[in-house]
Amino acid sequence: MLEHAFKGSKNYWLLLGFWGIIIAMGAGAYAVQLRDGLTITGMSRDVSWGFYISQFTFMVGVAASAVMVVLPYYLHDHKAFAKTVILGEFVAVPAVLTCMLFIFVDMGQPARVLNVILHPTLHSVMFWDMSVLMGYLVLNLLIGTITLDCERKGKHYPHWLKFFIYLSIPWAVSIHTVTAFLYAGLEGRPFWMTAILAPRFLASAFATGPSLLIILAVIVRKISKFDPGEKAIRTLATIVTYSMLINLFFFLVEAFTSIYSDMPHHLHAFEYMFVGLHENGVTYDVLVPWMRAGMVFSFITGFLMLFPGIRWNLKVVPYVCVFIICGTWIEKGLGLVITGFIPSTLGHITEYVPTAPELMVTFGIYAIGAFVLTVLYKIIIGVRERRAGYGADAQ
Amino acid sequence: MDDTRRKFLKKAGYASLGISCALPLLDAKLLAMSEETGTHEAAAKKQLAMVIDIKKCQNKQLVDAAANACHTVHNVPTITDAKGNINKEEEVKWIWTEKFANTFPEQVHARLERSILDEDVVVLCNHCSRPPCVRVCPTQATWKRDTDGIVMMDMHRCIGCRYCMAACPYGARSFNWNEPRKFLEKGRGIVGEYPTRTKGVVEKCTFCADRLSDGLEPACVEAANKVPGGKDALVFGDLSDPNSKVNLILNKKHTICRKVGLGTGPNIYYII
Amino acid sequence: MNDKWKIILGLVVFLAAVTFPVWRGAIAGAGEPPELQLPEGKTKCIESKEFMIDNHMNMLDEWRNMLVREDIHEYTSKEYGDTYEISLNKTCLNCHKKTEFCDKCHAYADVEPYCWDCHYDPKGD
Repeated sequence: MLEHAFKGSKNYWLLLGFWGIIIAMGAGAYAVQLRDGLTITGMSRDVSWGFYISQFTFMVGVAASAVMVVLPYYLHDHKAFAKTVILGEFVAVPAVLTCMLFIFVDMGQPARVLNVILHPTLHSVMFWDMSVLMGYLVLNLLIGTITLDCERKGKHYPHWLKFFIYLSIPWAVSIHTVTAFLYAGLEGRPFWMTAILAPRFLASAFATGPSLLIILAVIVRKISKFDPGEKAIRTLATIVTYSMLINLFFFLVEAFTSIYSDMPHHLHAFEYMFVGLHENGVTYDVLVPWMRAGMVFSFITGFLMLFPGIRWNLKVVPYVCVFIICGTWIEKGLGLVITGFIPSTLGHITEYVPTAPELMVTFGIYAIGAFVLTVLYKIIIGVRERRAGYGADAQ
Repeated sequence: MDDTRRKFLKKAGYASLGISCALPLLDAKLLAMSEETGTHEAAAKKQLAMVIDIKKCQNKQLVDAAANACHTVHNVPTITDAKGNINKEEEVKWIWTEKFANTFPEQVHARLERSILDEDVVVLCNHCSRPPCVRVCPTQATWKRDTDGIVMMDMHRCIGCRYCMAACPYGARSFNWNEPRKFLEKGRGIVGEYPTRTKGVVEKCTFCADRLSDGLEPACVEAANKVPGGKDALVFGDLSDPNSKVNLILNKKHTICRKVGLGTGPNIYYII
Repeated sequence: MNDKWKIILGLVVFLAAVTFPVWRGAIAGAGEPPELQLPEGKTKCIESKEFMIDNHMNMLDEWRNMLVREDIHEYTSKEYGDTYEISLNKTCLNCHKKTEFCDKCHAYADVEPYCWDCHYDPKGD
């Protein structure tokens, strides 16, 4: 099965080379960070988590969303997903990998990271987060590789695997719930301490992940002879639509309690995100254009997806999905973590902007994810094309 | 070393148990909650605390002396930028001052006397009775010491995840964004007996646990008391001892704590 | 099998890489162990010499946990039964000089303990 990863067209190798270059640049930037410390980032005493943890949070969502293909297929026997389910599982694997890497590069003392396992601390949500992420990575690798290998050999996957498949469904929900609990359990940060955070995370994740799957499925369809099926893509689009609407609803619920109650601590965060804060004649509003754009993306795409003419049009829907991802990324991968620190617990406003090396490390990690994704998808395509009798050297 | 392995295996056992079933965790939490209700019941346990007289601490000389003493003893560097100005974003500090309005946000109202609003208030780690930083730390690098209630830091174990900084409602924790020794060498030098830190770990006030074991008072208390008019500006003692100096003051004067509504149980008291 | 030579070459490179520390040492020559300056007027360390050579790092690890985490300030020698204050500065470095003792041997053994990122010899490095 692995042999498909080592045989490919020129484009395949060019793509891997492209990711490789970005990875190398990221590694270089990380080497500087290792030498000089986290001072090379834009983070500060007041905004002590930044881009890395934001990306981690966003990617946990992408990872969790594999459940949106696993659940309909294995629990509801939704036949259209027969060929899509592996695409979801093999998105989850690199997604979890990037999550772990984002956590890792955020550590001040990465060499000591095993202390989390050596001194397991059950009252720390971070310990649980690490455990569930590890578990999720193993589950998806296990399920994905075994089902694909069995498919290659033309037989049904072993019966015992069913247990792990069912287990992966609540597990997917758990990874994003626990990630939300990282934030939602902190009494000193009113912006995060809201019960709707975990549901919001899940809703936005189930809009983002399947959007990514739609884009990937359309690409796969175009560049290879393997067709995930129009019906599957349409079902995904429906899932995206519902999730996006629920996500927007949750956002409005959160915005209502914060704004209508008019409590300063809750209000400040929303002010910072959408209009900017003013103090001593200085305006703090770096996030404002982003957050406004994100809102526009989210509401417009949410509205557009309501129309079957758009939702089910394979020529249009991938582009809408790009904007859905942009919208949810701005919301979760940009606004959520940073705003929690502004204003600080001491009422100070320190803004945060990622630095160039910080961005390079981030891109490097995303490139590692993209690299693994490319290889895994190449394997899927190879297996599927051979099964369909097209020969292994297509692509 | 066999002992540590056994401990580890035991913990690993608990962990796998916990993963397979999260209920024991919930159970333990509920049990802990029922034990913790009511701040007065816990008074029998030794808890070190500090009473800060805000009025006396308006003397800038006194506050500087206290902060200097602390930072010198513990080799806390003054982080500066390329031009030599204090780098506010990467500052490391154990004890410093904040404006009244920032220290006690829920005590501030529109008609509060201007002079109080502008007061500088000495702030440091509150050594909370239910510390959020301890709750979130994934490695027990920070923990609440049973014997005297100090929220301790183990700079050997800290992985620098900064979860504690996100959790602390008082901004009491500093992260070493940079190599601290570089700045010590540029500044006053490495003069304190306390080891310096390495980059990438979190640090904060430890109530001078190192000095207490030598029978000394915290450095800030000692220094403040030496300043003229600084007697009892900072008072340190044990809350479980009814005759301790802190209790004598707390029983007589009107004192407040920071953000009591959060339920962390801060142990720094302020005479307004 | 036309890949035979490729596999053999790969194996050779792999073996060369994993045995790097061994043959590098062999080529460079181990050299003479350094002359360590021993404290004057002292006849013994906390534990026996052999124990200290093998276990000083474990002992320091144990000490730091005892002091920092368990608030234990005294250590009783297993070998001699006398007690010592648990302190790198006040006990270990009171007798030994970092530059003449710790550093020399660490340099010889090519290890870089991170103790000195934070700790320092009050007598000067």
